[in-house]
This record gives sequence, structure tokens and C-alpha cells, in this order.
Amino acid sequence: MFRRWLFVVITLMFATSVCAAKDKNSIQIKGSDTMVNLGQAWAEEFMKKNPTDFVAVTGGGSGTGLSSLISGTCDIAMASRNIKEKEISLANKRGINPNEIKVALDGLAVVANPNNPVSKITIDQLAGIFTGKIVNWKELGGKDEKIVILSREVNSGTHVYFKEHVLRKNDPNSKEEFAPRALLLSSSQAIADEVAGNTATIGYYGMGYISAKQKPIAVAKDEKSEYVAPTIENVVNGKYPISRPLFLYTNGTPEGPVKKFVDFTLSKEGQNIVLATDFVPVSR
Amino acid sequence: MRKLKEFIIEKLILICGLASIFFVMLIFIFLLKEGLAVFKIVSPFKFLFGKSWYPISEPPQLGILPLILGSLLVTLGAAIISIPIGVGCAIYIAEIAPLKIKETLKVGIELLAAIPSVVLGFIGMVTLVPLVKNLFHLPTGLTALSGSIMLAFMAMPTIVTIAEDALYSVPKTYKEGALALGAAHWQTIWRVMLPAASSGILAAVMLGIGRVIGETMAVMMITGNAAVMPNSILVPVRTLTATIAAEMGEAVVGAEHYFALFAIGIVLFVISFAINVTADLFLHKRQQ
Repeated sequence: MFRRWLFVVITLMFATSVCAAKDKNSIQIKGSDTMVNLGQAWAEEFMKKNPTDFVAVTGGGSGTGLSSLISGTCDIAMASRNIKEKEISLANKRGINPNEIKVALDGLAVVANPNNPVSKITIDQLAGIFTGKIVNWKELGGKDEKIVILSREVNSGTHVYFKEHVLRKNDPNSKEEFAPRALLLSSSQAIADEVAGNTATIGYYGMGYISAKQKPIAVAKDEKSEYVAPTIENVVNGKYPISRPLFLYTNGTPEGPVKKFVDFTLSKEGQNIVLATDFVPVSR
Repeated sequence: MRKLKEFIIEKLILICGLASIFFVMLIFIFLLKEGLAVFKIVSPFKFLFGKSWYPISEPPQLGILPLILGSLLVTLGAAIISIPIGVGCAIYIAEIAPLKIKETLKVGIELLAAIPSVVLGFIGMVTLVPLVKNLFHLPTGLTALSGSIMLAFMAMPTIVTIAEDALYSVPKTYKEGALALGAAHWQTIWRVMLPAASSGILAAVMLGIGRVIGETMAVMMITGNAAVMPNSILVPVRTLTATIAAEMGEAVVGAEHYFALFAIGIVLFVISFAINVTADLFLHKRQQ
């Protein structure tokens, strides 16, 4: 008799808790690992100002975020690359209309271990290293060590951007790929940790991940150009050759709580948060 | 009334039994349906023996030979480490250890089994990887060897527990007969008990290896995930399991990448199945 009552009470508790969760406006944001810290900073500030709204931010890579938007399992996708043609057509097949909103700019920093004597590289040399044609640091004037190439996994917008703009030098017909022996690590933080601990490594990630444990390398477009370091200034004035826009993608024009959030990210406060997380504001 | 109750209970139990078979069949059919679709884009031969895995390129290059070799290399390494140590430990616990040490060892093995694999992967990444790098003067410690060592830790509890059970189940008369005939303790173990328990020990080894080949998180953290054809155990590799885990989030449902990942799932399933069937054959052969 008692057991039956217990069962009823527990069922009611579950039922009411489910209903209570539905009252809050909740926004699911998924995607770029580069932008995940920025996304979380935005979410925290946004939820402070709008206590009835709930924002959940997860990483997983730009590819994961866009795939999630297409499958309908998130409201906003963060991406550090443009959406591909194939993704747009897959989305349209499923009735989703991707809407692109540029929210920040990012410089892609190339980093090495602080004990590595090399501090300047041209884009051609970078392409040579990451496609596997240049194998030893001594070819660049460094120590006699085999270069250990660190890259992000294939679901990363950073990976795709680096491949298209550095390895393939913006040539849509190029077939260059990362060297098979490149280590594919699961996050920018993993790359940062490995670079900090290994003198033969070279890696890349968004400027926001640079810390004192890694050395950012100055990059030049070619041998005659200036070698430019990845700083916010150099991204804003266009001197740093590997910089890219960061996007939020929504299904159609944003409405309701999603619109509130997107407007917040583009507002003065939102762009200040962009600056605070070491990215470059888009409306300055 | 009682007959009706019995009938209902019997049918309920029948449904439960059939349900489990039903779910396995459903999973298998789903796997086949999604995975075989990739062979419209690439021939099975090119898929299984192709040496380049670049799934997001245009057109995608879907060769999984480096992944298969990566999985097999890491599993083989783990087997070579864990089988001698595991079986040795089982023999020690079953036959040689005094009671107090036996109890402590058994608790220790249970604790080792209780550690989640992702924790072992994390510990391996922080401690073992730099150690391997410095010991062998490699460019990086993220190698198949590091993966094999951590996986051996995961396989060992399974092997020890089941092998120990197998040794216990050898009839006492075998052991007593050998000792009565004048054999030393070690001779008895090596020539009488191990052969008698061999089917059980083999089953233990197969179960341990079965666990290792399906391991995902730990290998993803410590093997470097480079899809190269491995030429030694001291190079980074990429396993089938880590590929699925790392790339499934990005693959849009219905895209070629998605089908390719399910096809990798089929390959993993076939390998596991083959291991289990071999284990079964050995068991039955022995019983004859």
C-alpha cells in the first residue's frame, strides 16, 4: 500500500520538474572550440541580465556545431569558418535555412615551444611544414630536430580554415592535405599543452589560447613582406596574414530569445567581452 | 488461477529473452543499413586497403588500412604485455600465494578493474607519455606503445580474474595425483594444471583482448591520432574506435562521412565477432 503511494509521489515529482524546466526560455549553442570560451562568457553575462533565460554552451568543433544546427539539435551554431556548400544543401534538404552573423575576428596564431630558436616564418614555409615537405627544424635555422606537427581534428573550423588558407593558399583547386603524420589533437587546449611540453612541436590555434607557455611565431605573407606577430592590433589593421571572421549561424533570421542573445553579442557589452577573451571586436 | 499466473510469467520471461535477441538484431541491421551505403561511393577494396584517410576533402579519401593497422598494433602490444603478467598473476594467486597476500592481491585487482578507462587515459597522458618520449628519445611520446601499456592495465583484471577461476576449477585430483607421483609444485602447475585450465585461460585472454579492441577514450588521448601506416610501435597511430569518436560529431546525418564512420563500425564489429568465434572454437575443440 505504501509502495503504491511512493510510486505515485515520485511520478508526480518527475512530471512537475519536467514542466518547470519548460517554462524557462532555453537556448542551445554548440560548435567551435575556438569560440567556446567566448560563448560561455557571453552566456554568463546574458543570463545575469536575463534571469528567465537559460543558455547552454558546448564545444565540439565548428563542424559539430553546424551539423547539429542542420539536425535541429541546437539553436545557434558557433563556427570559426564559413559554412560549406555541401552543408547548406544538406540543411535546405532538412528545411533549415542557415543565417550567417559575423560576431568577431580572430587571428590564427602559429605557436612553438619557448625554447625553439625559430621565431619568424613565411606562409610558404608554414605550408611546407604542415604538408610534410619540410621535416626538420634545421631547414629553418633551428635545432636538428624532427618537426612534430600538431593539428586539430577534422571537425574543427580552425583545421579547415588553416588547410584552405595556409596549406592551399586560397587556391580552390589545390589538393594539399595535412601530412599523414600530423598528430590530430582533440582541442586547442591539448595543442597548447603539448607545445608547452615538447621543444620540437609546432601547432596552431586561435589567439585567445596563447599563454606564457607557448611562443607565437611572426608570420609573413612572403619573403619580402614584414613579419607580423598575432596581436589584436595587427588583426584589426589587417597586417596579420592569417586572420578570419568568427560566426554565429541560426535557422533563418533570429527571433525571440535567440534574437535577444544575438543582439547582445553585437552590442557594446558583447563586443567588450570579445575583447576581454582575446578576440577582435567586429564593430569598433 | 495458478495456471494462468504461471502462463503469464512464462510468457513474460520468453518476451524478455526474445527482446534481447531482437535488440541485437535491430542494432546489427541499423549498422549494416548505414554502413553499407558507403560502398556506393567507394569500392570495398579501396575502403579496406586504401592508405589515405581524408574524409572531409572534396572528393573524400576513405581508405581505412592505417586505422585497422593502428587498432591491431595497439591491441597486439597490449596483449603481449598483459597476457604473461595476467596469467602469471593468476597462477600466483591461485596456487602460490599465502592467504593474506591472496586476499590483498584480489582486492588490488578489483580496484584496478574499477578505475574508469578515461581516468587511465588521463593519467597515461600526463605521466606515461613524457616518460616514453624521454626513454626512447622520440619526437613525441604519443605513440602506440603508450596506448598499449595503458590498455594492458585495462585488460589485466579481466584476464587475471577469469584465468584464476579457470585454475581453481581444475579438479583437485589432477594436482594431488601429480604431487603424489613425485612432481615438484612448479612442475605440477606447468605440466598438469595449465594444460587442464587452458580453455578457461584462453577464454580469459580473448575477453581481455575483446575489451581492448573496443577501447576508445584512452587511446584517443594517448596515441596521437595520426592516420599513418605504422612501421614500428614507437610511432603515433589512429585506431578505428578513436576515429569514430572524434569524427562522429562533425558528420552530418546522410553525408558520405557519416556512412564511412558506420562502415568502420561494421569493420570493428566483424573483428570483435571473429575474436569471439575463435575463442569459442578453441573452447569446443578442447572439450572434445
